[in-house]
Amino acid sequence: MKKVYNKILSIVGNVISVRARGVSNEELAEVKTKRGTSLAKVIKISNDLVSLQVFAGSRGISTDDEVRFLGRAMKVSFSDAMLGRIFNGSGEPMDKGPALSENLIEIGGPSVNPSKRIIPKRMIRTNIPMIDVFNSLVVSQKLPIFSISGEPYNELLARIALQAEVDMIILGGIGLKFDEYMYFRDELEKGGALSRSIFFMHTAADPVVEGLMVPDLCLSVAEQFALKGKDVLVLLTDMTNFADSMKEIAITMEQVPSNRGYPGDLYSQLASRYEKAVDFEGAGSLTILAVTTMPGDDVTHPVPDNTGYITEGQFYLRNGRIEPFGSLSRLKQQVNKDTREDHRAIMDGMIQLYAQYMETEEKRSMGFRMSTWDKKLLKYGALFEKQMMDLSVNISLEDALDQGWKILAECFESDEAGFRTELIRKFWPAGKDKEEKAKEEPSDDPTEEDISEEPVPETEAGEPAEKVKKKKGRTADKKKRRKA
Amino acid sequence: MANKLLGHITAINGNMIEVAFEESVVQNEVGYVLVGEERLKSEVIKIADNTAYLQVYEITKGLKVGDEVEFTGELLSVTLGPGILSQVYDGLQNPLPALAEKYGFFLPRGVVLDAVDDTKKWHFTPTAKKGDTVYKGSPVGWVPEGIFQHKIMVPFDLEGEYTVASVAKEGDYDLRETVAVILDAKGEEIKVRMSFEWPVKIPIKAYTRKMVPTEPMVTKVRIVDTFFPVCKGGTYCIPGPFGAGKTVLQQLTSRYADVDIVILAACGERAGEVVETLREFPELEDPRTKKSLMERTVIICNTSSMPVAAREASVYTATTLGEYYRQMGLDVLILADSTSRWAQAMRELSGRLEEIPGEEAFPAYLESRIAEFYERSGYVELPDGSFGSMTIGGTVSPAGGNFEEPVTQATLKVVGAFHGLSRARSDARKFPAIDPLESWTKYKGIIDPAKVLKAHHILQRGNEVHQMMMVVGEEGTSIDDFVYYLKSEYLDSVYLQQNGFDPVDAVSDPERQKYMFDKIYDVLYTDFHFDAKDDARRFFNDLRQMTLDWNYIRMGTDEFDKKEKDIDRHIGSITA
Repeated sequence: MKKVYNKILSIVGNVISVRARGVSNEELAEVKTKRGTSLAKVIKISNDLVSLQVFAGSRGISTDDEVRFLGRAMKVSFSDAMLGRIFNGSGEPMDKGPALSENLIEIGGPSVNPSKRIIPKRMIRTNIPMIDVFNSLVVSQKLPIFSISGEPYNELLARIALQAEVDMIILGGIGLKFDEYMYFRDELEKGGALSRSIFFMHTAADPVVEGLMVPDLCLSVAEQFALKGKDVLVLLTDMTNFADSMKEIAITMEQVPSNRGYPGDLYSQLASRYEKAVDFEGAGSLTILAVTTMPGDDVTHPVPDNTGYITEGQFYLRNGRIEPFGSLSRLKQQVNKDTREDHRAIMDGMIQLYAQYMETEEKRSMGFRMSTWDKKLLKYGALFEKQMMDLSVNISLEDALDQGWKILAECFESDEAGFRTELIRKFWPAGKDKEEKAKEEPSDDPTEEDISEEPVPETEAGEPAEKVKKKKGRTADKKKRRKA
Repeated sequence: MANKLLGHITAINGNMIEVAFEESVVQNEVGYVLVGEERLKSEVIKIADNTAYLQVYEITKGLKVGDEVEFTGELLSVTLGPGILSQVYDGLQNPLPALAEKYGFFLPRGVVLDAVDDTKKWHFTPTAKKGDTVYKGSPVGWVPEGIFQHKIMVPFDLEGEYTVASVAKEGDYDLRETVAVILDAKGEEIKVRMSFEWPVKIPIKAYTRKMVPTEPMVTKVRIVDTFFPVCKGGTYCIPGPFGAGKTVLQQLTSRYADVDIVILAACGERAGEVVETLREFPELEDPRTKKSLMERTVIICNTSSMPVAAREASVYTATTLGEYYRQMGLDVLILADSTSRWAQAMRELSGRLEEIPGEEAFPAYLESRIAEFYERSGYVELPDGSFGSMTIGGTVSPAGGNFEEPVTQATLKVVGAFHGLSRARSDARKFPAIDPLESWTKYKGIIDPAKVLKAHHILQRGNEVHQMMMVVGEEGTSIDDFVYYLKSEYLDSVYLQQNGFDPVDAVSDPERQKYMFDKIYDVLYTDFHFDAKDDARRFFNDLRQMTLDWNYIRMGTDEFDKKEKDIDRHIGSITA
């Protein structure tokens, strides 16, 4: 039952309204203008007055243009033929390939029954030490990358896309610059990952509302692949653009804004997307990494703030590096006990020392005298930043752990670094430590009183990070917050 | 209201629909939108000019103007009866495991399953006799439900006096069978079954009187029990920014709190967190009963991606179930995580109704709704002379971690205790991250309040010194002030902080708390004399390390005594 209407009553922002009967909520329609045909979605019905959001924008729409209701909600084709393809925000091909129309699935389907979920326990290796070692990514996790404009977040995403141990990648671009889009395409092609990827690209040049569909398209397709047993990683960039598009529509619809103009349902809208991340028992999984740029580097801005309440941790990307302090993977405890016995010890120990380095660095910049210990910390900090934090470091988890011990051994004596004796015996690089045999007990307090207000309690490898990392992260964190 | 009235949709806006009706409509009654086979539950929230405004508890995709709506005449209700414990419900009391069994991975739309299995047989033991006078809430018998005697009560909507005409003999009955017949004043028979319905938004008040909460509810979290206690029947809130450990704190409380029944309302939060509870609780042992923790737990789970309107209902569902078990003389704890999401659900709805917005677009009635919710808690005396309590603890997720927002402020007005989590403390990995300087309580705990106040004074003093030291440096601080600072840090790290993942340290029962507190209190109010700050620091560092080790040792063991002697000796080395 396709009905055609050619009297558009109002055009406000990207929303048009027509008088029509028998239209259902969220139904799709085609708007035919001189410039071409665009899809539109029903967003409100009041008696026979139907409001539609036009994906291609309302520019150039004439009041006597044709609106044809399609009698169905937004659907997207789902098949293996999608792999290696690039689509736009309406699900139409952007490459030269054919349009796909078989096996249509509805987008934005129902949510997963919580009682069918399982506790996640598989790690996704990315070969990026700051992720693998310090904040492991876990299957079915949803993690945002909090960043600011100008940071290499898309480079990071591209690297994760190339290196992550998953079956396939679905990349959703929302408001992406054209050259960023080309960058992704070229990188994935170069890395040979294009054949296991699907792109849904909405560039900054496209009408704003078209970007609204991108997350749903990506996640619905990903969900289907996951149900078929694939481990899918969905990369979204940038979710702040998505939220801004929602804001635009909400304001056009004269909804009461709640916080800085964003609609009151921002949290629910974001959550219904992020909550698609899941590990299906007996089938595949869906993991989400999403860039969220923080306007003005302000983490209390509604978009990052609401996101933080929804996701399972966050990565802070600052100065081209993943920050070790604010970043957190809430699920890492589920997986890092089974990797290698020194994983947790290195994870906590190195961060503690790095926090001390930050403190020393602060003192140094204020012109205080540097003790021997301070000098060691300074050396350590530089090595840590170069060989671990730098985004170009590309090594497996095991190599990264070995690397960690090597850095430690290069800077400290084995009893200074605050690790347990068994671990030191097993992992401290041979030849670097003369006193290893002589010392049986690690020092309780390796921090040397003269430079530290609060010594760190001994690190227990088996303990969760909540217990360790105490104190020392504080100064550094404070500094970071002040910056924020 | 037995005959079903029909209306039809005239407008759709998100999850709100307008329905034209012919005859009459009851405010807050339930209506079903009929779409093919599906029946979408919805609730009347506003009536104007022969148009009823309904919020739909499901996704409204595909609804059309003209679709029929069936009005039931009943308010949104839950089923009360044996079989609720250890269940996992959505916000409208649909059992989620049963849904999963029937429909697989996803939550289907428009499906309603029985909240409790009414064909299951329960072993009924009568307690009332023929001729007894009973009131609403009076027990007529009981059935065993897990570890509890589940009382079968006279339905709460029966006002006045009734006489028992007959009670069923001891034996097995299902929920549809009559277990007692009572007569009202006019001699009309009323059949009492083991289950009945109750509207969620109306508090159950089948008690004799409500009393002031005085008995502490022990949570085994030291900073709570000692410094900011909560009483059975009281209310408290936990506001905090994301990542500050709200959920971990609630999970710990749900495990170790000294109550009979815990009802977790996961309201608009991550599904992953509920999953941990779901999968772990059946395996965890309840320290009090040695049975599975799940046997005393009910989970109301309306996570963030589930329909928003049902989220609004979920906290009411949880409190109604809690009030029902309170009527049996049990101590119930409701943990709502998070009330901010619930408030946001109200805000979304209010926006769709085009009401004039209050602060941050929250509706003007936000405060009164929050107050109503917390006021359903309480310590009550029941018709049979026993006592029951329902304690409510709600987390608040303030935007940007800023407590000056409407939900936090409205909550603070009505709760009895405030456990404010601070980002600074959680960043410093000090858990639980309850800020000892900002939090407060109106209840008395297990430890002498005068001593607690004096210990708290040390914390304040230490903080002042710390602030000062940040300006003038350690050199400019007098040694006495410096010792104050060290004492406050000591109290903080060995007593306020607690390792929730350690089997011993996570559970600090009252005896241990009293014992430890006394020991630490002595340290706080001992005059130490140090020649140099470094000596003082070294002394307190060692003392802290010893006390931390002590925290990890089970009380009553030789090792515990040995460590205590070490500590005493260490203290003695300075004071002697």
